[in-house]
Amino acid sequence: MRNLDFELVRTLNDEGNLLDGVTIDLSEVELLELYEKMLMTRLFDERAFRLQRQGRIGTYPPYKGQEAAQVGSVFNLEKGDWLFPYGRDLAACFTFGKDMKSALLYAMGHKDGSKVSEDTNIFPLAIMIPPQIPQAVGAAWASKLRGEDRVALATIGDGGTSKGDFHEGMNMAAVYKAPAIFLCQNNQWAISVPIEKQMATDTVVQKAIAYGMEGVRVDGNDVLAVYQVTKEAIKRARNGEGPTFIEALTYRVGPHTTSDDPTRYRKETEAEKWKQRDPIELYKKFLINQGLWSEEQDAKMTENIKEMINTAVKEAEATTKTRLIDIFDHVYQLPTDDLMKQKQSVESEFLIPQ
Amino acid sequence: MSQKTIVQAINEAMDQVMEQDPTVMVLGLDVGKNGGVFRVTDGLQEKFGENRIVDTPIAESGTVGVAIGLAVNGFKPIVEMQFMGFIYSAMDQICSQAARVRSRSGGRFTAPMVIRGPFGGGVHALELHCDSYEAFFAHTPGLKVVIPSNPYDAKGLLISAIEDPDPVVFFEPMRIYRSIREEVPEEMYRIPIGKANIVREGEELTIISWGAPVHTAKALAEKMYEERGLSIEVIDLRTLVPFDTETIVNSIKKTGRAIVMHEAVKTGGFGAEVATRIMEEAFLYMECPVERVTGFDTPYPFPQVEHDWMPNEERLVQAVYKVLTF
Repeated sequence: MRNLDFELVRTLNDEGNLLDGVTIDLSEVELLELYEKMLMTRLFDERAFRLQRQGRIGTYPPYKGQEAAQVGSVFNLEKGDWLFPYGRDLAACFTFGKDMKSALLYAMGHKDGSKVSEDTNIFPLAIMIPPQIPQAVGAAWASKLRGEDRVALATIGDGGTSKGDFHEGMNMAAVYKAPAIFLCQNNQWAISVPIEKQMATDTVVQKAIAYGMEGVRVDGNDVLAVYQVTKEAIKRARNGEGPTFIEALTYRVGPHTTSDDPTRYRKETEAEKWKQRDPIELYKKFLINQGLWSEEQDAKMTENIKEMINTAVKEAEATTKTRLIDIFDHVYQLPTDDLMKQKQSVESEFLIPQ
Repeated sequence: MSQKTIVQAINEAMDQVMEQDPTVMVLGLDVGKNGGVFRVTDGLQEKFGENRIVDTPIAESGTVGVAIGLAVNGFKPIVEMQFMGFIYSAMDQICSQAARVRSRSGGRFTAPMVIRGPFGGGVHALELHCDSYEAFFAHTPGLKVVIPSNPYDAKGLLISAIEDPDPVVFFEPMRIYRSIREEVPEEMYRIPIGKANIVREGEELTIISWGAPVHTAKALAEKMYEERGLSIEVIDLRTLVPFDTETIVNSIKKTGRAIVMHEAVKTGGFGAEVATRIMEEAFLYMECPVERVTGFDTPYPFPQVEHDWMPNEERLVQAVYKVLTF
């Protein structure tokens, strides 16, 4: 039997210093780019939460605390690769080219909220749990069948691993040696259900063993560690060595969505404990320790990002709202006669007999 | 041309499309070396290899999910459901995912694929293999629903389905998989999706059906013409979605009487949709209410009673008299 003890991969201690023996192969520019993305996703998330409270967007699932897992993993993807995000994954999407305006449009219920440009392979947020696992297998396998070295990265929560599509997709990925990476963001909560009620295993990652798949367990709040393990997984995938399952251990600091009240099922003190190892604060300490960053620069970048977010909010709010007739357009490539008739009935003024 | 069964016609359709289009693949249980439990994919893996005719693990949902990923990344998968009775396991992937990826992504991602397999009863199969689930998929925007009733249509409709830019659920009538042989052209040909077929023209009554019961209706129409000079029109719907309103309405304008016949259970069956369309579009031409001849509102029954359960000639005769004497 294979050893069930998976070492938790880390690069930084709580003070933001590199652990012994850790080397980082990112340039200064890349290190700062990584930070900018993390900060941007954090500031967006906080703003989006407030926009919901102001009634300017609809239900919103905050990802606060999970930025390192999302940004650090997706930072490795290249153009032509695929991202199959789960529902709490906007930071992952932003890192792979989704713009803030379209994320806001999505939260406003606009038809173009999940539309991405032709050269950006970001699938719509899964919402259902977890159809994206087999879908990512298919997209990854398609690249392999064509002889390309593109990969697909699918993300999932800890609760999602309880479902049938996780099992079916993981099994098929391993059977077909699909160049896929499955990143489980173990944030320890599925709405109100804690992980110990979700599964009887000690870790999520040990499930990889059952599929004959590589598994890695990483500190999901340590962006450099997430970056590094994902980089190695992607390298294996591109080399034809098959899929990898990564468990990124993190914590859902906020509520499940803006409609959820976590005080009903957990103590605030638990979240406070995790805030001690907040992914953005931790990484900022590292950059300052390395002499790459300062509080002054941080304040300036924060202001710039807030300005960008303001612009995105303005643009999203100024976007023409979805009209009823728009929803007939992409049901099929060409609308059926029935759809055309229904669309025409919407377009023409409804006649009421006098 | 040669005489072929529905099984052979479907095999030939896939074979010919796969020769032309290297992106077409078949995925399913036992479709490889075994050629499928009904031999629908017989010989195809030998010809096209294991990467194109793929034996999958037992995973209906996973397989449709994988097919979606293949489809959005440039392939055209055909998923074989070993029996359509197993398709419930894949409902989320079909109805929430494949059917909606085009609309959710604003047209950026599309999932052209065919999900095909045998359906319907009458062959004493094991339980849970025989249901007629077409109405679920006709009720799902984004899907097309195609049901051939004979070998010629099976080939032409399947080629159109594989080439279609949207996901198609393709129901193959298991009871007549091999019992009907007819001339099927060797060359590729297409039957448009969305066009019903007038199997037999008539003046006094229209019977609308799809799949295996089309043959029951046709045989009865012939018999009643010979025995009593009764002129019955028989329409094979061929596709439920898109629905061919025009052919149905033109027929009703002529005959003024309609029976819908299907094997699926009565309540919420697609016959209810057909009847309503007739109400909406041809009410003033009707001489009597639309009659339905269908399965009963029970789970598909035990084999010992399945022949009595399924809509048969006797029940159809009763319906014919009912509408003619209204």
